Amino acid sequence: MQIFKLANAASPTTQKAAVNKLNFYYGGYQALKNINMVVHEKQVTALIGPSGCGKSTFLRCFNRMHDLYPHNHYEGEILLYPDNENILSPEVDPIEVRMRISMVFQKPNPFPKSIFENVAYGLRIRGVKRRSILEERVENALRNAALWGEVKDRLGDLAFNLSGGQQQRLCIARALATDPEILLFDEPTSALDPIATASIEELISDIKNKVTILIVTHNMQQAARVSDYTAYMYMGELIEFGATDNIFIKPKNKQTEDYITGRFG
Amino acid sequence: MVRVPAPAVSHRPKSLHHNHKRHLKERIIELLLFLAAFFSVFITFAIIYLLISESLVFFEHVSLWDFLTDTQWTPLFDDAHYGILPLVSGTAVSSLVALAIALPFGTIIAIYLSEFAPFLVREIAKPFLELLGGIPTVVYGYFALLFVTPMLQTIFPNLPGFSLLSAGLVMGIMIIPYVSSMTEDAMRSVPMHLREGSYAIGATRFQTAVKVVMPASLSGIAAAYILGISRAVGETMVVAIAAGMQPNLVWNPMEPAATITTYIVQVSLGDLPHGSVGYQTIFAAGLTLLLLTLVFNILGHLLRKRFREVY
Repeated sequence: MQIFKLANAASPTTQKAAVNKLNFYYGGYQALKNINMVVHEKQVTALIGPSGCGKSTFLRCFNRMHDLYPHNHYEGEILLYPDNENILSPEVDPIEVRMRISMVFQKPNPFPKSIFENVAYGLRIRGVKRRSILEERVENALRNAALWGEVKDRLGDLAFNLSGGQQQRLCIARALATDPEILLFDEPTSALDPIATASIEELISDIKNKVTILIVTHNMQQAARVSDYTAYMYMGELIEFGATDNIFIKPKNKQTEDYITGRFG
Repeated sequence: MVRVPAPAVSHRPKSLHHNHKRHLKERIIELLLFLAAFFSVFITFAIIYLLISESLVFFEHVSLWDFLTDTQWTPLFDDAHYGILPLVSGTAVSSLVALAIALPFGTIIAIYLSEFAPFLVREIAKPFLELLGGIPTVVYGYFALLFVTPMLQTIFPNLPGFSLLSAGLVMGIMIIPYVSSMTEDAMRSVPMHLREGSYAIGATRFQTAVKVVMPASLSGIAAAYILGISRAVGETMVVAIAAGMQPNLVWNPMEPAATITTYIVQVSLGDLPHGSVGYQTIFAAGLTLLLLTLVFNILGHLLRKRFREVY
């Protein structure tokens, strides 16, 4: 691998979440096996690995997306700090979890609403009605998502009229508008062209001082470019986890090395 | 086991020129398909032609102005009046009562089945709901007359034996499956990733259903509603049995009245001589009905275009 950012990873950080002995089952099929990991606050953690290794499944545990479908089952815990609460516990309401841990998907999925209403959606479902508050928060979110300049004159337009990259930034703005603590990205650039991809990556670097980020990516250069920590997964197991610079320069595990050097995967 | 290699048979055509046999077969199939499509269009136009030409005969005897403004419809009396308004009012009132039942209930059922119901419940409930749509309308008519009307009379003692209210209510129940089934199909066709986007920022199932799934399937829902309206306006048997057949210009559902459809039934079954003005009235009434449903269909089409979604 060539270019790395030898930056933040070394600086001491606090933990935002800790994953302990996490197992996950789709019905009878075990998709995640005994995963242990920490998530550092206001850092970017990349999840990499070959297709089907469970990285998206793992990501979706963080905001209980698996609860939407029947026969899914978690074991173990994901402790969220500073609450020190296991977000997988049956006593925890998945809706409350998602209010604090939001997600951006592979394919941009704006709602069939105006640009403004897309971003205001999360606030509206939390009961925010005051126009002035909505306008302020929507503008902030769009600014943070580096989209404000492009859309400020047409906030009433349908979101579908935006380009793919703009739609994805709109989805990021939508997720940022409610001020989440953790933002989950599930291959956010796999449906985008290289220029749009670059703008999303830049955006991720910009917002990480505000929010803790977990990103699933197929693209190892992307993981190297945007993340501070990297987790390599294979067949539902966490093979290696550490500072991105270490993982990419001197991986401890032979398998990790093979994967990131492109010998397999 | 030893595999014997199959003799090499080439399926490559020998010539690059037109294969006449294949060409002919394709043309025959195309012709048959065209005829099938043409036949249904032809029948439609034949019906419209019949209605218009017969109505023209009617309008030689009755002015269009009288037809549209006269408040009495008594074509079979000595003192004949030919105002369509009483029939339109009967149709409108019974349809409105029916839609007041069918649209809300149909929508609620669709939201439940599409967004809330567990797999098993949906698989069991859907066939039953569709069964409701398979009951002959004449059965609904007697259900209205012999069960719903007496029941309503315990609440409203002044309700006559025939009423638009009773007919409309039952018609509404009858239309629920159509509305709910089409609405549910529309909502279910909304891609899952759109719902996930809503759930992922903390929306509940209900918020997702109402604020994301329903707007995303608006054109399908509009089509379902329009179909429901068309069915209510065109429904015959229930109103013929339970609403009475007197053409009254009323806007009160507690009264008996005739609708356009029941009037046509009444005259078609009667012994009026063909070619008399009384007989021609059914074509004028039929044309009115056709125009009404046409308006709704065009409206539905426009709505669908207006709210056409791209996901």
